[in-house]
Amino acid sequence: MAHVDPSAPLEGKASKETERKLKRESRTQIVSFVFMVFITTTAFLTVASDVIPSGFAIPFILLLASVQVIMQLYYFMHMNAKGTGWVNALIWGGLFVAAMTVAALMLLIGITKY
Amino acid sequence: MAQNEAITPQILPPNPEKATLEGRNKYLAFWFFLGGETVLFGSLFGTYLGLRSSTEGGPGPADLFHLDLVFIMTMILLTSSLTSVFAVINMKRGNFKMLLVWMWATVILGLGFLGFEIYEFYEYAHQGLGYGVSAFASSFYTLVGTHGAHVTFGVLWITTLLIRYRKSGITLTNAPKFYTAVLYWHFIDVVWVFIFTVVYLLGVGG
Repeated sequence: MAHVDPSAPLEGKASKETERKLKRESRTQIVSFVFMVFITTTAFLTVASDVIPSGFAIPFILLLASVQVIMQLYYFMHMNAKGTGWVNALIWGGLFVAAMTVAALMLLIGITKY
Repeated sequence: MAQNEAITPQILPPNPEKATLEGRNKYLAFWFFLGGETVLFGSLFGTYLGLRSSTEGGPGPADLFHLDLVFIMTMILLTSSLTSVFAVINMKRGNFKMLLVWMWATVILGLGFLGFEIYEFYEYAHQGLGYGVSAFASSFYTLVGTHGAHVTFGVLWITTLLIRYRKSGITLTNAPKFYTAVLYWHFIDVVWVFIFTVVYLLGVGG
């Protein structure tokens, strides 16, 4: 592997083990997709129905959103895989700064405006 | 001379997107970029949340938003996330044709989403929500419009890759490119989860 031509087409098939792993993975991904469709629908129905009081609905849909985002990150984007320590640090660092930004902006704009 | 060298085919590794140093660097640097994007959207969300009640007599969230339209857009984007997952699985399997098919499916769903968003903004403008009408209007258009610009960029990016590599097969050069484009696409969907919850659902129900 001293000189590898990166533009050469990759030949051969994935190994038996890789195939098995990918088959298992696509099953996991379909299950998480169905689950995400389910929680999205739940969130929409919670707001659309008049029976559920908004005092319960607001924290509930925010919780559902967090669950879905974590599923996207860890299943669809594979942040649960091995060797993703830095990736986790970067994204959670970003989310940490973003959360402080949201809190600061909400509070500051509210105070100066009213 | 390089052009006289015969092309020696490489054997497909289990993770072609991370088989080269360049691929691993792209992977890590792209996540660094996504961390920054998170902060960008965080500031837009914060601005919107601070300003969303100042409608200045113009139309407000409850007058404008239709949950059925937003639900359709959400499902389109969520499905496009799944098709791009299938694209990556087929890339690792060495099935270049199915990689292209699933990526094209992602592009088409992305275009469908954009079509709905353009229709939505057009409708709102018709109902009197110009960009400068109120602080709510400009923060709403900036937040959702920035997301829409990301979808547009993602569609153009993936289309460029699909045209550029339509005949090349999977290589160690293009595997990281397809993989980062897919990561970007998932990130667009992650942002949309917050948008439909914080902007639309809270706008109608909160």
